[in-house]
Amino acid sequence: MDFLQQFCQQALNGMSLGSIYALLALGYTMVYGIIQLINFAHGDILMVGAFVSYFVLRKWGITPVTLMLSFLPSMLFCLALGVIIEKTCYKPLRDQPRINALITAIGVSFFLENGARVIPAIGPNPRVFPTLPVVNYTWLGVSISRVQLLIFIVAIVLMLLLNYIVNFTKIGKAMRAVSYDKDAAYLMGINVDRVISFTFALGSALAAAAGILFASAYPQIEPYMGIMPGMKAFIAAVLGGIGSIPGAVLGGLILGIAETLTKGFLSSQLSDAIAFGLLILILVVRPSGLLGKPMGEKV
Amino acid sequence: MSKKKTTVTSFFVVVVVLLLLTIMVRYRVIDEYTSQVLTIAGINVIVALGLNLISGFTGQLALGHAGFMAVGAYTTAALMMKFNVPTFLAMIGGALMAALFGFLIGLPTLRLRGDYLAIVTLGFGEIIRVIMINLPELTGGPAGLKGIPPFTTNFQWRPVVSFAIVAVTMTLVIVFLSNLLKSSHGKAIISIREDEIAANAMGINVFYYKIFAFTISAFIGGLGGALYAPFFGYLSPNMFNFQKSVEFLIIVVLGGMGNLTGTVLAGIGLTYLQEILRFLKDYRLVIYPVILILVMIFQPSGVMGLFGNREFSLTALVNKLIGAPSSRPKSEEKAGEV
Amino acid sequence: MTVLKAENISIQFGGLMAVSNLNLEIDEGELVGLIGPNGAGKTTIFNMLTGVYKPTAGRILIKDHRGQMQDIERLHPYQITALGMARTFQNIRLFKNLSVLDNVRIANHLNVEYNTLEAVLRLPKYEQEEKRITEQSLELLRIFNIEQKKDELAKNLPYGEQRKLEIVRALATKPHILLLDEPAAGMNPQETLELMDLIKYIRDRFKLTILLIEHDMKLVMGICQRIYVLDYGRLIARGAPEEIAHNPLVIKAYLGKEMENDA
Repeated sequence: MDFLQQFCQQALNGMSLGSIYALLALGYTMVYGIIQLINFAHGDILMVGAFVSYFVLRKWGITPVTLMLSFLPSMLFCLALGVIIEKTCYKPLRDQPRINALITAIGVSFFLENGARVIPAIGPNPRVFPTLPVVNYTWLGVSISRVQLLIFIVAIVLMLLLNYIVNFTKIGKAMRAVSYDKDAAYLMGINVDRVISFTFALGSALAAAAGILFASAYPQIEPYMGIMPGMKAFIAAVLGGIGSIPGAVLGGLILGIAETLTKGFLSSQLSDAIAFGLLILILVVRPSGLLGKPMGEKV
Repeated sequence: MSKKKTTVTSFFVVVVVLLLLTIMVRYRVIDEYTSQVLTIAGINVIVALGLNLISGFTGQLALGHAGFMAVGAYTTAALMMKFNVPTFLAMIGGALMAALFGFLIGLPTLRLRGDYLAIVTLGFGEIIRVIMINLPELTGGPAGLKGIPPFTTNFQWRPVVSFAIVAVTMTLVIVFLSNLLKSSHGKAIISIREDEIAANAMGINVFYYKIFAFTISAFIGGLGGALYAPFFGYLSPNMFNFQKSVEFLIIVVLGGMGNLTGTVLAGIGLTYLQEILRFLKDYRLVIYPVILILVMIFQPSGVMGLFGNREFSLTALVNKLIGAPSSRPKSEEKAGEV
Repeated sequence: MTVLKAENISIQFGGLMAVSNLNLEIDEGELVGLIGPNGAGKTTIFNMLTGVYKPTAGRILIKDHRGQMQDIERLHPYQITALGMARTFQNIRLFKNLSVLDNVRIANHLNVEYNTLEAVLRLPKYEQEEKRITEQSLELLRIFNIEQKKDELAKNLPYGEQRKLEIVRALATKPHILLLDEPAAGMNPQETLELMDLIKYIRDRFKLTILLIEHDMKLVMGICQRIYVLDYGRLIARGAPEEIAHNPLVIKAYLGKEMENDA
């Protein structure tokens, strides 16, 4: 394969990975946009989503249909989990200094990771996520696997759905209002608590989907699997502009491509570090992110 | 009674207490197991104090202090083993290296308003770990680094010397922080936690003090690691993982963010708890975050918060015992004094 | 001589022109008021003068301690404070968990002469300076009659005293220009009268130039020598209190707002 082909192949792989990061980054950016919290536990929801699907698929056996169907229980479960976490752990701290909620989020993340480890049905050892036989479609020397196709389709569908919800529904408008000015939204009669819970629900559902896609692409699942993707997805959100939904998508894609290109052309050790390199770079050069607007604090 | 007398007396009290403890260790009044736990506790307290400085007192959450500890430990080991630097100098070198890293990652990050320090330090901790794994010539790689020269080759005295060095260092760190935080510079740091914008308006160079606090915090974290290397004799990258960073966070939160006394108590307490709960193995890892969450929800000011965030003040105690009225009003005791 | 000058400053937030083409000039020793309906942009102007916001057009000059006019464009708020201009905040930004005395002492930070090493080792210079700062801080608290509360946590003070503490804290930075943002907000008439006297007193005692934002017309008319009136980010009138009180544009701006609110 000549260089151009290689490059395009890697770029495609990168976009595939990037779509997963984008789905996960959306949850981070929406939650941050609305309550200025970095939800450290978000990456672990990805892990939970993967495992729910795993158990479903183990029961029903893996076929394209069951794989698609497993999205439903997984997303629903994680949606509920996200809302429960928000209501029990984050809501009580809403009026306290932000650092307190951050610390709690770490605690939740840690709890999910290690809680999963001690549950006998899950356990610390990696398990193999059921996969469909590999099918590749090649075009002009570049090949795309069935899984990658699935990732693109699911990601696009979900993002379109999210876009519809955020921009064309009443609750979406409420979300945008609350993220713009929480107090004003409250005074306008918006049930801020409900909007926040809804945001967590949406983000968590997307994280679950990301989990299933991630597990399909990298079929080894274990309780700590969400840590790295979670961190990277947050970095992607910052890259794109934290609080900006299109930014999260853009950031996710950029990060996915950067990581894959690094792995392909430089070294795979470096591929994790590249994410942090990008983070430092964006913080130095343009902290509000590519699509973000600098949010001033009212003085 | 003059202030000078109080200070001198307090100093002697500290020296006597430390000597007493060391003698107890030497003559196995404190058995070797306990002294080992106490030594580890001392190291944990030191790192946690560093974390408390930046997170509790300056209000900037930092999540990768195990990373600074790792830098301190590995640098010290490398200096001792590859360059034959004497132990004490090697330890200072280790701590300075950690401080340098802190300075470098603080520069781009602390300029910004927001919670970026948390993510950046989290990443830093992970990257350090990955680097340590991938530099086997320097760090022994994933198998770890063995054979770090101990504080003394005399087998009999080793636990005693380790204990004494750690205890003295911990005391020095406490005194340093306590004095710093009572001074104008320390108050400037605290004001940043309280209200950054107001602090700026009152003439405080917020960015400078954030970097200042973070660098010192990294130094102290590195110092803990520097002590750990010769004490333990063996280093492995997985000793300094995120879990360790979370443990330090728990110590700070449990003791009370912004309270030195709390960190000391919680550090010793948690180290003991770890030993006691060792049989729980992996369940321990579930209990810790639950503690963290419960404390944050129900008692965010930690244990010392229950006592009005007071600090233990040796000088006040000394004054009371020697019968003279306290030479300073109560408000002066707010940030620990020795 | 001029101590504070804003030349044609404007600031835009997204699509909104919050302040446009404002000109302000204040001479040494003056007591000037800045008034206008809510949302007119008064605090935004303060924020520009103190470096919290950067104007999108125009420039601001402040006389420093040496008598030279400095363009504050590249300066951070703490540097502007070092030049000699201090401010209070509309929403009270005290250091809540610190004592009253500490709040004031921190503001003395600029003037402290010991370094970290001297502090940690508790060298004589440290003790000396600490004593000096404490005394100066107590003196200021005395003027405002809150000295007896010096060890109380700032968050536990009653509202009126918190407002006073805001001012004391700003004074501790040893400014020659003082910006007060609604110092009388939430005060009853008695407290307001007391405040009026205090403001005049500190102006004379500390040789200050004072610019204040206020809604309480009694206070404004009572102590200000000159008044600037703002509406929708623009200057609509300026002059002596009597002129302003009878200025039809000013009346319309305030009454107009009232009629809008009633409608």
